[in-house]
Amino acid sequence: MRPVAVAAFAQTTHTDHDTGLSEPELILPVIQAVRAQSGLREFGFTCSGSCDYLAGAPFSFVSALDALGAWPPIQESHVEMDAAFALYEAWVRLQHGDVDSALVYGFGKSSLGDLREIMTLQLDPYYLAPLGLDQLSYAGLQGSAVKSDVAAIARRSWESARSNEYALKLPEPVETAPITDGAAAIVLVAGDLLQERTDLAYINGIAHRIDPHYPGMRNLARSASAAAAATAAGVGKGHVDVAELHVQFAHEETILVDALGLGAGTDINPSGGPLAANPVMATGLIRIGEAARRVMDGTAARAVAHATSGPCLQQNLVAVLSRES
Amino acid sequence: MPSEPNHILEFPGGYTRSTGPVIGRFLTELRAGRIVGVRTAARKVLVPPLEYDPETGEPTLTTPGQTGPVRDPVREPALSYDFVEVGPAGTVREWTWVDPPRKNHPLDRPFAWALIRLDGADTSLVHAVDAGTVKAMRAGLRVWPRWRPDRVGSITDIECFVPEVTTIVANVRTAYTVTPGGALGRYLDGLSRNVFLAGQCPTCRSVYVPYRLSCPQCGSVIDDEVEVGPGGSVTTFAINNLPDPRAPQVPFVSAYILLDGADIPIIALLAEVPAGEVAEGMRVRAVFEGGTVKWFAPEREA
Repeated sequence: MRPVAVAAFAQTTHTDHDTGLSEPELILPVIQAVRAQSGLREFGFTCSGSCDYLAGAPFSFVSALDALGAWPPIQESHVEMDAAFALYEAWVRLQHGDVDSALVYGFGKSSLGDLREIMTLQLDPYYLAPLGLDQLSYAGLQGSAVKSDVAAIARRSWESARSNEYALKLPEPVETAPITDGAAAIVLVAGDLLQERTDLAYINGIAHRIDPHYPGMRNLARSASAAAAATAAGVGKGHVDVAELHVQFAHEETILVDALGLGAGTDINPSGGPLAANPVMATGLIRIGEAARRVMDGTAARAVAHATSGPCLQQNLVAVLSRES
Repeated sequence: MPSEPNHILEFPGGYTRSTGPVIGRFLTELRAGRIVGVRTAARKVLVPPLEYDPETGEPTLTTPGQTGPVRDPVREPALSYDFVEVGPAGTVREWTWVDPPRKNHPLDRPFAWALIRLDGADTSLVHAVDAGTVKAMRAGLRVWPRWRPDRVGSITDIECFVPEVTTIVANVRTAYTVTPGGALGRYLDGLSRNVFLAGQCPTCRSVYVPYRLSCPQCGSVIDDEVEVGPGGSVTTFAINNLPDPRAPQVPFVSAYILLDGADIPIIALLAEVPAGEVAEGMRVRAVFEGGTVKWFAPEREA
């Protein structure tokens, strides 16, 4: 595989309410920040992750491009998923070898609608969506399948978030990720661009796997796809100092720690994780950014990032980052 | 969403989606009041049925476009078949309680979402369980579908699942005509004058209320009629959480009250005081209304 590294990461100071900014206005500061950090103005490839249902505006991801300046035409793509999966597409694109840089960004304003029912729209239209099964309900079904000290997970996340200036200032620990507006961006570099830089977090392994969509077809107490992604990404090949996990419900952390094979020596979600700020469609990308940041600043020699999509941890992406290519 | 919405996203009439042969068969069977699964090459029965085995990716239909009858795997084991009737009953595995329900939920009262393993299936169906209270829910609960009368071929043709019948209500009501005579007649006559009548045993000197004609301890005939109360003290009490037409509210207190001058307590309602403030030894006084004791109430400081 062609070595690829994170060269820059930025996120907004997230809010629990709509500040009135348009989506391009929300994205613009993080795009400017990663351009400054990376020293790159143009990118060989651009990929974003967002969900038009959050704003209730079809093709809103297209108007979000106004924040980039897309003329003359750029090579651009979009996933209707968390931007962590856009980062995967960008990583694959860099493997082609003809471009050496990629901009990845994700954004979401969950405050505009009813996120719990918007998440019903991602369910299959035959068996699940007609029931009105909402996000809290299917998460509750998974929560009942697993033994988890959710209060302890909530408290640890809340305490960790105190040192995260970008997280929400929540008055008390929560077991469900809070409604959040925000955005994040990452720059990936490869090839010659790696030589010019020392402040990099190399992606040593990245993979995503998927479980059956229908919750009744799975053992909800475990995540086979997260375990398979972790194996494919090589999580077990060395000690993991830090793991940033896409935990939107506290019980999911227990399932993921088990699936990724993380031990007591791993610091889980030192940023506070999604239980401290959950800008939907950017939350998973922020996990990669937070893991990369700790590799870049020397806090962690080897870090793991996880992102998820779909009901009850249906699809899972795992990345391993370190200073070594 | 802090306020009333001012922007609606809607696709008028909704999307038209084709079902394919497997989901279409399942929904058609639902419309007819039956639940079917599909059998995979590994002999697993998927419910609800999928076109492809999630474990292998192989098509589940051995005969694409099959429209024949559902076969019974016990009576016709040698036949090749794809669809298998399951249930209609099943067993709850995971579940989560919903209170209050959302407007898009199948029930307008608190209910459970559950993963239900229908009899004969190897996977679980997600549906609602109308259990009444969360206390009725548990893993292992047996549930049956409640069908809608007008079915259209939708997963919501099953309105919800409901627990098996495990109890019935047996009503008892018979009518009588009762005439208080003897000692009880005299006692009630006393109450109509706001007086508690008691009897004192000439041998052991015990004072009994209500008034009675013989001493239950020594058998002596009681001649002496004495008045006791209307004040007294609580000896013990109970806080009742089931409604009673005579009680002022729920919860209400029933108490044993030792009337002043009596040797045995009577049971009566205790009111005009929060249940939590009732204590043994509390001084109380009868409240008379309509020629009888309405209840007792705390004795007020004069």
